[in-house]
Amino acid sequence: MSDIRHHIPDWMMRDYVAGALAHPFALVVATHVSMCDECRALMGTHEVLAGAALEDVDAAPLSADLRERLFARLDDAPPDHVRPAPRRQGIYPGPLAEAIGAPEPRWRSLGMGVRQSILHDGPDGSARLLFIPPGQAMPEHSHRGLEATLVLQGSFRDETDHFGVGDVEVADENLTHVPVAGPDEPCICLAATDAPLKFSGLIPRLAQPFLRI
Amino acid sequence: MDDTSGTEKPCPQTEWMIAVRDRRDRTAFARLFDHYGPRLKAVAMRGGASAAEAEDIVQDVMLTIWHKAHHFDPGRAQVSAWIYRIARNRQIDLFRRRARPEPEEIVGEERNADDAAEAVALDQEAARLRAALARLNLDQRHMIEKAYLGEMTHVEIQEETGLPLGTIKSRLRLGLQRLRHELKELRKA
Repeated sequence: MSDIRHHIPDWMMRDYVAGALAHPFALVVATHVSMCDECRALMGTHEVLAGAALEDVDAAPLSADLRERLFARLDDAPPDHVRPAPRRQGIYPGPLAEAIGAPEPRWRSLGMGVRQSILHDGPDGSARLLFIPPGQAMPEHSHRGLEATLVLQGSFRDETDHFGVGDVEVADENLTHVPVAGPDEPCICLAATDAPLKFSGLIPRLAQPFLRI
Repeated sequence: MDDTSGTEKPCPQTEWMIAVRDRRDRTAFARLFDHYGPRLKAVAMRGGASAAEAEDIVQDVMLTIWHKAHHFDPGRAQVSAWIYRIARNRQIDLFRRRARPEPEEIVGEERNADDAAEAVALDQEAARLRAALARLNLDQRHMIEKAYLGEMTHVEIQEETGLPLGTIKSRLRLGLQRLRHELKELRKA
């Protein structure tokens, strides 16, 4: 846990805390924070600053009966949105286990032993789990937008660095990279993008609409 | 801005919150409502809610505070920060119709009776931060406000403002280390 070397960038944590981060990246942040006390403290710091802004905001007067209406509800059962925090399942920290919504992800093969499980796909981007066999390379790809990749098991290496469990790589469209899984065990990671990935090779590009990668 | 160095009590908001947590104190809860209700409404309206929607959010947030009070740990989260988080979650729930993913909680056993000392320390850091905020120029203050209460994204707060965020982060980091240590001891016992 203390071996994590690649953390959530400050701006991304601020966007998460402020509620301005797209859902796929919020999932990466919440999952990484579940694994990393350094970033939990960073999150807390932004929250203290946000709390200070809340204290200093120009208050808006409330309707006269709002307090009474609120107090009338205090003895009711907790509303649905008050739910227990999610729990870890195996290698999947709580928020990710919740997004998977089953004891195991539903994997789909992408060929060459690579598998994926799409957790979210929408106008705000996509989040999916990737399973890459030991020593296997992912097709070379660059990004139309932002991509964040968080390692949950094993490791991968690309032109920039080595990424182990808990490490997160944040890459923008300037990076074209070939991630290669570490030799010892399959690499499982959570990958979030704000746009579909584009692959450099011809075949993967043709296959892209069908595979949704 | 008060100079809080030397005070030995947490800020009143923290005391109210602890009274709600430990004794289900409705008077203290009413004080929290009177203090934060109008602020939460203002924040919700800045986020695009109508006045009526904003009051619904205020009610929801206050109810959540009431029901989640047992999770409040003043050594690890400053009260306004904790309430801000709950409010943001609620607003995202309502507007995106999808819950914001939240980190796992670190579950400790019964709290130490002396969490007051840690609460005081964190409250003092927060008070220093507010004092530093008050000294920023108007543009910078607007940037902070917009960053947390509006929709501005991709902001690097620390680099541009020189706010004393490092000390707060170290304190929170220390609190987490202590908690991890306690948990380890508990598992051994």
